[in-house]
Amino acid sequence: MGITISVEVNGTTYEREVEPRTLLVHFLREELRLTGTNVGCETSLCGACTVHLDGLAVKSCTQLAVQADGAKITTIEGLADNGSLHPMQQAFWDEHGLQCGYCTPGMIMAATKLVEDNPDASEDDIRHGLKGNLCRCTGYQNIVKAVASAAKAGGAR
Amino acid sequence: MSVLGSSIKRREDPALITGKGKYTDDFSAPGMLHAVMVRSPFGHARVKAIDIAAAAGAPGVAAVYTAANITASGTPGVIPTAWLLPNLKTPAHTLLATDRVRYVGHPVAVLLAESRAAATDAAALVKVDYEPLPAVVDPKAAVAEGAPLLYDEAPGNIAFDWELGDKAATDAAFSGAAKTATLTFRNNRTLPHAIEPRAALAAWDSENGKLTLTMTSQNPHVHRLLMTIASLGLPEHKIRVIAPEVGGGFGSKIHHYADEAIAAWCSIQIKRPVKWTATRTESNLTDAHGRDHWSTAGIAIDGDGKIVGLRIETHAAMGAYLSTFAPAVPTYLYGTLFSGQYDIPAIHVHVIGTFTNTAPVDALRGAGRPEATFAVERMMDAGAAAAGLDPAEFRRRNFIQPDAFPYQTQVALAYDSGNYPQALDKALKLADYDGLRARQAERRADPKGGKLLGIGLSSYIEACGIAPSAVVGSLGAQAGLWESAKVRVHPSGSVTVYSGSCAHGQGHETTFSQIVSDRLGIDMDQIDIVQGDTEEVQFGMGTYGSRSAAVGGSAIVKSLDKIIAKGKKIAAHLLEASVDDIEFENGEFKVKGSPGQAKAWGEVVLNAYLAHNLPEDLEPGLEETSFYDPANFTYPFGTHVAIVEIDPETGEIEILRYVAVDDCGNQINPMIVEGQIHGGIAHGLGQALWEEARYDESGQLTSGTLLDYALPRAHHLVTYELEHTVTPCPHNPLGVKGIGEAGAIASPAAVANAVCDALKPFGVDHVDMPFTPEKIWRTLQGRGS
Ligand code: FES
Ligand code: FES
Repeated sequence: MGITISVEVNGTTYEREVEPRTLLVHFLREELRLTGTNVGCETSLCGACTVHLDGLAVKSCTQLAVQADGAKITTIEGLADNGSLHPMQQAFWDEHGLQCGYCTPGMIMAATKLVEDNPDASEDDIRHGLKGNLCRCTGYQNIVKAVASAAKAGGAR
Repeated sequence: MSVLGSSIKRREDPALITGKGKYTDDFSAPGMLHAVMVRSPFGHARVKAIDIAAAAGAPGVAAVYTAANITASGTPGVIPTAWLLPNLKTPAHTLLATDRVRYVGHPVAVLLAESRAAATDAAALVKVDYEPLPAVVDPKAAVAEGAPLLYDEAPGNIAFDWELGDKAATDAAFSGAAKTATLTFRNNRTLPHAIEPRAALAAWDSENGKLTLTMTSQNPHVHRLLMTIASLGLPEHKIRVIAPEVGGGFGSKIHHYADEAIAAWCSIQIKRPVKWTATRTESNLTDAHGRDHWSTAGIAIDGDGKIVGLRIETHAAMGAYLSTFAPAVPTYLYGTLFSGQYDIPAIHVHVIGTFTNTAPVDALRGAGRPEATFAVERMMDAGAAAAGLDPAEFRRRNFIQPDAFPYQTQVALAYDSGNYPQALDKALKLADYDGLRARQAERRADPKGGKLLGIGLSSYIEACGIAPSAVVGSLGAQAGLWESAKVRVHPSGSVTVYSGSCAHGQGHETTFSQIVSDRLGIDMDQIDIVQGDTEEVQFGMGTYGSRSAAVGGSAIVKSLDKIIAKGKKIAAHLLEASVDDIEFENGEFKVKGSPGQAKAWGEVVLNAYLAHNLPEDLEPGLEETSFYDPANFTYPFGTHVAIVEIDPETGEIEILRYVAVDDCGNQINPMIVEGQIHGGIAHGLGQALWEEARYDESGQLTSGTLLDYALPRAHHLVTYELEHTVTPCPHNPLGVKGIGEAGAIASPAAVANAVCDALKPFGVDHVDMPFTPEKIWRTLQGRGS
C-alpha cells in the first residue's frame, strides 16, 4: 500500500516508498534521517518544522510526503553553502538569536524566505513575518535583531 | 579585555544553526520499538477493567502492558516525591494507573509497536472500562465541604497545611495599623510549553544488565537516582542517563514523570530499544504545570506610609499527585520571599496545598518566586493607594537600605547584599517615569482622553542557588543542593571540565569555558565542557533555579584553584623557590619579585604527568574534583517597569514599552545574561496577558493546544529596554547570582500593576491575569471614570 515518491532534498534526489499518511516532516526525519528539522506541535502552529519547498517556506508537518512528490526541498542541513554559513545562520549566531536551538532551524528557514520576499523588512514586518514560529527561550528580541541584520547583509543570498 | 565579562559568541551555536544538534528524538537504535501510551480521557474515574486483546493482536504490535505487568515483573514502579513537608500526604503514585485515574492524561497502558503509527493505531483498540467520578479542579474548591475526594488518606484534598512567620505579631500589626488594604487574586495556571516535547530512548543491554536512557532531562543524575531508589529499582551503576541537546525545559524537564521510566521498563521487559516521544497534546496534558494559586493578602501601614505588616493565605494546587519538587514550590520557594525588597517587621504566610484532578503542578521558570513577587508587588500598589502615595515613592519609603545588609527577613531568609533604591532610580530614569505620569495625568484630565495609559512597577527579589544543603535538608529536601565539577588537565595543557550542571539553552559551554580561560590563562579552544551524561560526569544536581553560574560555576572555580595550588607546588620545586613565593598569572607560574624566574603553564602540566621531578609526597597527574556547597542563597534583584495602553472600547492591551533594570552581580557573558532576561520577560508577559491552562469542571484541559493556549509570538512583544546594576554576590568566588528566572519573576507583576493603574480611574482595584481583551472589556462595562 506504499506509494513511491521522488523528491530532491538539499540537491540529492531520493526515491522512496512511503505510507500515504506519512507527514513530510516524518519522511525527512525518519526516512532520510535529516533530523535538523524539528517537531514541536505536529499541528502547524509552532513552525519548528519549517522547510523550503519549491521556493516557499512551508510547515512540513502540514504536508504529506506524497504531496511533495516531484518537489525540490531545502532543509536546514542544506542551507549552508559548502560549509560556509548562510548569512541568516551567521546572523543568528552573531546576535545570540538562539538558546536551546530547538525552534532555530524552523526560525531560520522562515526568516530566509521572509527576507527574500522583503529585503527591506522593518522590525514590525519581521515580527509579523515570524508569527508562525514559536520560540519559548529568547523572547524573540535577538531573533528579530538577527533577521534585521541578515537583511542588511543581503540575507536572501 | 578580560574574557570574563565579555560577550563572546556561543560555542554551542554552530551545530544548532546547521541542524546538527542532536535532541533525544533524533536518536534511534537498531531494532527499536515505539511506545505509545493509552491515557485517561477522564479527569477522575474508576478503572474497572482493561481489555488489551484486540490491541495486542493488531498489526505491528509487539506488546501491550498495564500496571499488572509492572507489578508482576517485581519492579517497584512508584514515583517518589523528593521534597517532604511536615504532615505531607504522599499517596502512592505508580507508573501506570491501577484502579483509579485522577487526571486527563494519566497513563493506564503502554503499547509497543514497530512504528509509532502502528502503536498509535492499536492504542485506539485498548478498551478501558471507566466509571467516571465527579472531579475537582480548583485549589480552593478542592477544600470546600463535600468536594469530590481524590485520596481517602487526604481528607479535604489537603496535601499540606504550611505556615511561615509570626501570626500573632502580624495580627497585632494589622490591629494597630493606620491603614490596611486587602486583595484577593489568582495566579493563573500555565503550561511550561518547551518547544521540544518530552522524549526518551531506552536501550537495555541484557548481557551486562545495563540500561542506557537518553532523555529530555535538566538533571540526569537526579533522574537516575530517583529511578534507582523508586521507580525502576536498578542499581545506580547499571543505569546511564544521557541528556543530549535539550530543547528548553523551564523546570518541566526536572521532574520524574511516568513515561520515561515506562519506556525504560518496557525495554528491559522486551529486551529491545524503546523510544517514546510525547505529542504536543501529551506534553501539555502531562508536563507539570506552573502556578495555580488563589490568594487573599493584606498589607498594613502606619501614618508615615511605612509597612507594619503583610499577610497572605494561599490555596495552591498540587494536581493529581505530588510531582518531584512540588511541595517545595508554594512553600519554601514562595513563603520565604514575602519580605520582597522591603523592611517589613511582621509577616505571616499560610499555604494550603491541595490535590486537584489536573496535571501536577511543580517548578516552572521561577518556581514560587514569580507567585510571591506577584503577591508582594500587587500589595505594594494596594498599599501605595491606601497610603495615598505614588507607587514609586511608597516602595522607596519601605526599601531595605543599602547599608542594612546582611538583612534578616521575618520569613527565614538572610539577604546578603543589595542596593534596591539604585535599581529603582535607574529604572525610573530609563522609563522617564515623571514624564509618563505627567502624560497620564493629561490624558486622564482630557474628556476625550482615548486610550488608557498604565504604568506598572515590579521591584523583585529572587532567591536562587538554593543552599546550603544542610539547611534545605532541614526544610525537607531529599537531596543536597551543591554542585560538582571535575577539571582534567591533559598532559599537553588543554582542559576538559566535567560539570554536574546540565544546560538546555543557557550556554554553559561558553560561559564555563570563559571561567576556565580566565583563571588558567589558556585559550577557549583549549577547553571542553562535558555535561549531561551520568557515565562521564561524577554526580551532579543539574540546571534549574538559576543556579548554574552561581553553584556550578563556583564548583569549577574551586577545582581550578586546586589545580593552580598543585601547579604552584610543582613550579616551586622546578624553580627551587618557596611555594609561598609563587604566583600564577596569565598562564605563568612566577616567583614574586624575580622577573624572569617563571615556568609556563604547559611546562608545569607536562611535569605533573612526566613525574620525573616532582616534590616529594606529590602525586603525579593534574585533575581535581570539587563539590561546592554554597554558604547561602544568592539574591538577584531589580526593578521592571511596564507601560501599557488599553483601548476602553475593545479591552485590548498594547505593551508600549518594557523597561528592566536587573542586578545579577558580576556578569560572565553579558550577551547571554541579556538573552536570559529577554526570555524570562517574555515568559512572564505570556502569563500576564495571554496564557492560561484552563480545566472545565470535569477535568478536561480546555486550553491544551496552541489553538486555545496563547503562547506569545514575535508580533505580540516589544523590544525590551535593559540596564543593569552590579552588586556582586559576597559569598561565591565569581560574585555571580543567577539570571535565568528574573524576567519571569518580575514581569507578571509589572504588567498587572500597569493594567490596574490604567483602570484606576474606573474604580477598579484588581483584575486577574491573564488580561484578555474580553476580561478587560467586561470589567469596564457599566463603570464610568
Ligand atoms: S511541528 Fe510543524 S508547525 Fe509545529
Ligand atoms: S531557542 Fe529554544 S525555543 Fe527558541
